[in-house]
Amino acid sequence: MRRSSRDSWWPAALARRVLVAMALLTGLAAWAEDDALYRDLGGEEGIARIVEGMVDRAYADPRIQKKFDGVNPKALKESLRRQFCALSGGNCAYEGETMKKSHAHLAVDKADFNALVEDLQLAMDEQKVPFTVQNRLLALLAPMHRDIITR
Amino acid sequence: MTPRLLRAIVPLLLAVPLACAAQAQGKLLLTGGISSIDGSAGGGLSPWALTGSYATSGQTGATAYFTRLPVQDYSLSGYGASVAFGERAEVSLARQDFNASATGAALGLPGLRLKQTILGAKIRLAGDAVLDADTWMPQVALGVEYKHLDSGGLAPTLDALGARRSGIDVYLSASKLFLAQSTLVNVTLRATRANQNGLLGFGGSASRSYSLAPEVSVAYLLSRQWAVGVEYRMKPDKLNPSVLGDALREDDWKDVFVAWAPNKHVSLTAAYVDLGRVVPGLQPRRQRGVYGSIQFAY
Repeated sequence: MRRSSRDSWWPAALARRVLVAMALLTGLAAWAEDDALYRDLGGEEGIARIVEGMVDRAYADPRIQKKFDGVNPKALKESLRRQFCALSGGNCAYEGETMKKSHAHLAVDKADFNALVEDLQLAMDEQKVPFTVQNRLLALLAPMHRDIITR
Repeated sequence: MTPRLLRAIVPLLLAVPLACAAQAQGKLLLTGGISSIDGSAGGGLSPWALTGSYATSGQTGATAYFTRLPVQDYSLSGYGASVAFGERAEVSLARQDFNASATGAALGLPGLRLKQTILGAKIRLAGDAVLDADTWMPQVALGVEYKHLDSGGLAPTLDALGARRSGIDVYLSASKLFLAQSTLVNVTLRATRANQNGLLGFGGSASRSYSLAPEVSVAYLLSRQWAVGVEYRMKPDKLNPSVLGDALREDDWKDVFVAWAPNKHVSLTAAYVDLGRVVPGLQPRRQRGVYGSIQFAY
C-alpha cells in the first residue's frame, strides 16, 4: 500500500473524526432522551388522538362539562396538542395563554382537576399508552394544579 | 372513654357515610391509601400522610374496613371506620381483637383475648403527595392515636410488669408519590411506648419513656387499580428486660402487600406479614401469616 502524505497526520484526523462522531452521538442521545416521552406517546398522531379522546370525554363529563361552556373544542384541542407536544419534548412551541390566565375565571377546584386527569387517563388507556408512560406525562401536567385550581 | 361507649360510636361512625349525601369522589383511585390496622389511612401496618376516602377539598368522605391476620400462634381481627374532612383532617376509630388463647392456656388463662380500641386523628400540615410532582416536597401530616386495652385475664400480669392499659402515640408522616416513577414512599416517625402496638399495654417497669420508632412504606403502582409494596415498622421494646427476663422481647413488623381498588367504593388488600416473635418466652417461633383486608369508601 502506497503511503500518502496524508498518512503522516492520520492520528490527528482520526482524533478529529472521533470527536465529531462523539459530538453527533451525544447530540443524538440528548435528542433521543429529550423527545423520548413524545415518541412514547405516539408522536404527533398519538398525542392528537389522546387529546381528542380527553376533550371529547371532558365535554361529556357531567362533573366538569359546564367548565367548557362557550369553549370551541377544536381550538382547545389544537392548543392542548401543542402544549402536550412541547411538554413531552416534541418539536413544537406552545404559544397559548398561561395556565393561570386561561383558568382564572373558571373556579376550578381539586375535584374538577382530578376529573380531567381521569378523562385523560381513560383517553390514554384507549390509545394503549402504557401506565408508566401515562404517569410520565401526568408528572409534567400535575404541577399545573397550582395555577389551575383556584378554589 | 368506656368500651361500652366506644361500641356505641362504631355504628354511628358507620352511619356517617349514609348521611353523606354529597358524593365524595374527588380524589384519584387509591390515593386515599387503605385502612391501616390502627384505623388511619395508610398502608396496612403504618399510617401515611394521606387522608382516607376519596374526599378532596370541600368534600366529606368516610371509610369502613375489616381486617384479618392469622399467624402461627395468634390471630388478629380488626374493624373500624374513618371520616375525612377534605384532605385536611381525618378521624378514625378501630377495634382490634387479638386471639391469644394458646399463650393464655400456658398462663392458665384459656381463651385469652386482648381487645384494643384506638381513636385516631390526623391533620395534614403541608404539601400534596400526588400533584406536586415537580418538587421533593412531600405531603406532611401529624397524627395522634389514643389506645385503650381491655386485657381480660392478663390484667394482673400487665400490672406486675408495670404496663399501663392505655397510651397515646403521636406520629409525623411524610408521603410522596414520585409520579413519573409510579412509586409512592412514606416515612412515619412515631413517638410511642406501646408494647406490641398496645396489645401488651404501654411501657413497663424497665422504661416508661417514649421511643421514636420509624416506619417506612414503599408502594409501586402497577396500574390505576393495582399497587404492590413493602412496609417496615420498627417498635419500641419496653418489656425487655422485664421481671420475666427477655421473654417478652418484641421484634419489628414487616410485610409485602398487594392492593386492588376496582372502583372508588371498595378495595381489597392481601399481604404476607411477619410480626417477628410475640412473647418468645412462650411462643419462640416467628409469627407470620397472610393478612386480608377489605375497605369500603363513600
